[in-house]
Parts: sequence; C-alpha cells; structure tokens
Amino acid sequence: MPARRENSAKVEYDLRLYVAGQTPRSVQAFANLTKICEEHLAGRYRIQVIDLLEHPQLAKGDQILAIPTLVRTLPEPIRKIIGDLSNKERVLVGLDVRSSG
Amino acid sequence: MKQTRKSSQSLDRALPKCPTGIAGFDEITLGGLPRGRPSLICGGAGCGKTLFGIEFLARGAQDFGEPGVCISFEETAEDLAQNAVSLGFDLKALERANKLVIDYIHIDKSEIAETGEYDLEGLFIRIGSAIDSIGAKRVLLVTPEALFGGLNDEGVLRSELRRLFRWLKDKGVTSVITGEKGEGTLTRHGIEEYVSDCVVLLDHRLQSGVVTRRMRVLKYRGSMHGTNEYPFLIGRQGISVLPITSLGLSHKISDERVSSGIKGLDEMLEGRGFYRGSSILVSGTAGTGKSSMATHLVDAACARGESCLYFSFEESPDQILRNMRSIGIDLGRWIKKGLLHIHSTRPTSYGLELHLVEMHNLLEQHKPKVVVVDPLSSLMSGAGDNTNDLTNMVLRVIDRLKHLGITGFFTSLTSGGHAAEATEVNISSLVDTWLLLRDMESDGERNRVLYVLKSRGMAHSNQLREFLMTKNGVALRDAYLGPAGVLTGSARLAQEAREREEASRATRESEERKLALNRKLRTAEAQIMALEAEKQAAELELKAAAKDEEDQRNSVLTQRAEMARSRKVNSSPKAPRPTAKEASI
Repeated sequence: MPARRENSAKVEYDLRLYVAGQTPRSVQAFANLTKICEEHLAGRYRIQVIDLLEHPQLAKGDQILAIPTLVRTLPEPIRKIIGDLSNKERVLVGLDVRSSG
Repeated sequence: MKQTRKSSQSLDRALPKCPTGIAGFDEITLGGLPRGRPSLICGGAGCGKTLFGIEFLARGAQDFGEPGVCISFEETAEDLAQNAVSLGFDLKALERANKLVIDYIHIDKSEIAETGEYDLEGLFIRIGSAIDSIGAKRVLLVTPEALFGGLNDEGVLRSELRRLFRWLKDKGVTSVITGEKGEGTLTRHGIEEYVSDCVVLLDHRLQSGVVTRRMRVLKYRGSMHGTNEYPFLIGRQGISVLPITSLGLSHKISDERVSSGIKGLDEMLEGRGFYRGSSILVSGTAGTGKSSMATHLVDAACARGESCLYFSFEESPDQILRNMRSIGIDLGRWIKKGLLHIHSTRPTSYGLELHLVEMHNLLEQHKPKVVVVDPLSSLMSGAGDNTNDLTNMVLRVIDRLKHLGITGFFTSLTSGGHAAEATEVNISSLVDTWLLLRDMESDGERNRVLYVLKSRGMAHSNQLREFLMTKNGVALRDAYLGPAGVLTGSARLAQEAREREEASRATRESEERKLALNRKLRTAEAQIMALEAEKQAAELELKAAAKDEEDQRNSVLTQRAEMARSRKVNSSPKAPRPTAKEASI
C-alpha cells in the first residue's frame, strides 16, 4: 500500500496508519481515513501507512497492539484510534478535528 | 536429583518437559513445565508470580541455553530488571548477550479511542518479531489481563488472547502467563479457560500473624505432579520450593572431630567431641543450660580461629554476652576479632521463610564453621499451627549446613509436660547427635543431668551425668548411682558425706580390732613367758630335789658305813650288799 502525502507546506495533521498486510479491514480503514481527511482536513494533513508485516520493529515505538491503529503524531499530544474507522463522528472526535468551515 | 529427573522422564515420556531451574519446582512437576505449551501462574498481588516467570526466563537463558522473551503488560523493562537483581539475575546483561528481550506493552486508555472493528495483530507481530530476533524458546507474558483495562471490547480481547495462546503453542515456545487472582476465579478475567495445560497457584497467607508462601500445581494435563501445597521462599538465589524430595542425601562427610568445649562432654563422646559438619540437637526444659552449652561450643570454635554464627531468637547479643560472662566465658573478644556474629531477631518479626532466607544470606556472607540456632523451637510461633512447615524448613537448613560442612548446633525447648524425648519440631531423626538435658527434682531442689540420647557414628557414653554451671563454665560430674537411684545436687553431696563417714567408721573399727588382737597376742606372749619362767623354776626345783635325795642317800650310806666302822664290823664286803639291795629296790 503506498503512502500518500498531501504536498502542503503547512502540515497540521500528521497521521500514521498501522496495518498488517492488505487485510480487508486495513483497506477499509485506509479508505475511511482518506475520505474523512479529504472532507475535513483537505491540504492540512499527511498520512503515512506502515505495514507491520514489513517493519515489525516499528510496532514498539508507538505501542501498537491493535490493528488497524491510527496514530496522530501532530498536533500534540499523541492520540490513537483503533478500529476500521467506520464511525466518522468518533474519528473526528478522536482526532480532535475542528470542522473547517 | 538427577535420578529423579531421569525417572520422571521415563514416567512422562509422552509429555516433554521444560526444566524451569527453579529449585524444587522441577521436582514436584517431575521435570518442569510442559514444553512448547503455555502455563498459567496465578495468585494474588505480591505472591511472586512475576518473579517466578522472570526466574523461568533467566534460568532458561543462563543455564539451559534457551533464550527468552518477556512481554510485560504491567511493569516497565527497567522495573523488571531492577526487581530481578534482588533474585541475583542481571537481565540487562542477558539482553546485551542477545539471550533475552524485554518488551513493555503499555496501553493508556486516555489516549485511545475505539471505532469499528480491530484485532490484536500488532501484539502478535511484536511478540513474533521479538521471538525471531533471538530465536527464543521461552516466552513470559506478565499479566496480559492488563489489556482489559486499556481496551473496551472484551469480546475481541478474549478471542484474541485465546488466539494468542494457541499461536504461542503453534510456535513451539514454552510460555508462562501470569494472572492476578480474581474473586471466585483463578484470574480476574477467567483466562484460565484458555490456558489449560498447566496451572500453578501461588499464595501467600497470614498464619498467626506471620506470612508464609505456598505453591500448588492445580492442574497439569497429561502428567503426574505433586498435588500438595508446598511452601516456598523468595531469596537471593531466586525461588526455592521445599519438597522433601529435593533434599539429596549426598553430602560429603568428615571424620574430623571438634570439641564441644566441655571436657566432660567430650569424654562422653569417645573423648573427642562431635563430628565436624554434623548437626547437634540439645533439648531440655527451660533453664537447663542449653544456651550455655552452645556458648561453650562457640567459644571452643573461636579459640581454634573458626568463624561462628549465632542465631538467637530469645536474647539480644548484649544479654548473651552478659549472661555468658557469669559462667566465665567472654564472647566479646571473639566478636571484636570478627570471628563471632550474633544475629538476634524476634521469631515473630517476620515469616518463617524470611527467617530462613536471612539465614541463607548470612551463611553466605560470613561462611561460618559453626552455626548455633538458639532456640529452634521458638520458630514455632512463626510457623503457627503447622509444624510440618517448620520441620520442612529446618530440614532445609540442616541440609544446607551439611552441604557446606558446617557444624550445626540447635537447641530446642521442650515444655515440662511433654516426654523429654519428644521434641516439638520432630527433627530428632534428622540430627546426628542428640543431647538431652533434664531436671531432676528431689529433696526440694532441681538439678540438671545430661545424657547422650544418640550420636551417630561413635560409641558414646550411656551414662547420666550431672551438669553443673560454675564460675568457670559448665562442668560435668559423675552422678551418684546407687541403690537409692540417681542422686544429684545436695542429695549427692549428702550421700557422699555419708559414704565418707561410713568408710572412716569402718577404718576406725578395724583399727580397734587390730589393737585388741595385738593386745591379746601380747597377753598371750606374756603368759607364755610367765609359764616358761615357772617351768624353769620347776625344773630347777626338780633338780634341787633330786640332788637333795642323793645327798641324803649318800649321807645315810656314809652314816651306815661309819656306824659299821665304829662297830668294828668287818663288814666292808657286806656293806655294799645292802647298798646294792637298796639300789635294786
């Protein structure tokens, strides 16, 4: 799964999505995340997808247990959302996103 | 121990086992934990679950060449490493040597939101990569139930934990999972359902105000195991479980003898004292001089330049010093020289196993040649009602001393009512030499007597001897044995005086008789002399009489002859005739 970055000078939201292989749940989570970000954070976010099957050692740093896990590294403090991100409202609350409007 | 392991392997050939290296545990499980399967160690807070797991990993890495992975859901790697130091394991060094990986998994509920479905694949990946990084054979999961505090979806957690345990089994690693005891269940969230191969329950409970630790193998699928509750210790050497079977009877023995410090007692023991490295028990009622005997032994050993360790459960060091000065023994000089260490504690100040841990540690620290435990019986209060515990622990101490070749001297207080031969702790069969001090009450006083009840490997005296405490220490006197029985104290003195008197009377009497006989003899001699004199006188008289007679006869003849001559009768030829006639008459 390729990591997708929005080319923007001021990245407000730095997001990392941890997955383990191309499971339906991971694909679903990535799709949900992209959709939410495009709707609410257009131009202000960056998503990095980390496949733990390829880089298992990276699980330790962000204390990853559950798959999929979304980690918001910016803005501080770190927040984590686990699950397939199917509930949009909860994702927005979890990311603490003020609606851009 | 090796033999036990061998035979256990043949007994359980079906189920390969993984030795934990925990002293005693491998004995009660006949070889260790089930190899390649998960085992659950559960118990209340502070019962030693984590230490058990850590020791399992560390010993595996150190002694069995099996690297291990520790996944902690509770404590950080630093905390774990620090705690393990108290057991004598350097986890950091093992990590550096690539024999151990410690991973701390932490979930902070406040920074996690849940939305939608998820699984714990991340955890699997982390454990898997840790295992693969060093080729681990052992895995420890410290309280995975902590996850229930961090994640909301209990259903997912349960199925994922179940999957995890099965996955570990498939990986072929021997794993230990610890779990906190819940109410009515072995673990708080009932994970024992998923780990069903081996369950070990740890427990620490308060008995008569003192804590003792216990261990029980609740379940061991496909294997025999000891089903009892076993007391265990946590010491500097790690955990040691105390089944009797872990005591090998293979210690080296010594032919060397050590003096008891009391001349009379040495005499009773073939004149040479105890064997070095043997264990000696002195039992007796209160105030019979048990501690004094111990002090003599210590004094003698220190005088030989040997280091001594004195565990006192009744008196403070100063009190011992003062009391022993009163019988002329100055222990203070040995303390100053660093040869003697007196360790005084209240028996109730901590649990039985801690006392023993303390003893083990001090033994290591001081490396003594002689150890005194005074009195052993007061540890009873630490054991509560369970004398079995104490017996086991004492067995352990005696065994340890024997292995180290230390002469052990134990005193035991027997209560007055009991038979003197029954020691409270039933350790009499374990000791090599058993001395009994007894009170003998008679004529309004109590006196002490001592005898050797048994002494393995020597022809000891079977005599009852009186035990005296003098200003110059303990002395043993021959007790008076006579028709009136055994006499001690003033009764003995009185009897001795009586005997002396009798003896002197007898001498006097015989003197008198001798004198009388001498007198008689002399009288007889005098009589003999008198009679002799009489005899001589009579003889003289007799001689005189005979002479007179002859004289007379001669004079008659002369007169006759003269008469004839005067008558002028020539009867000279006639004259002899009558003479002859008369002579013939």
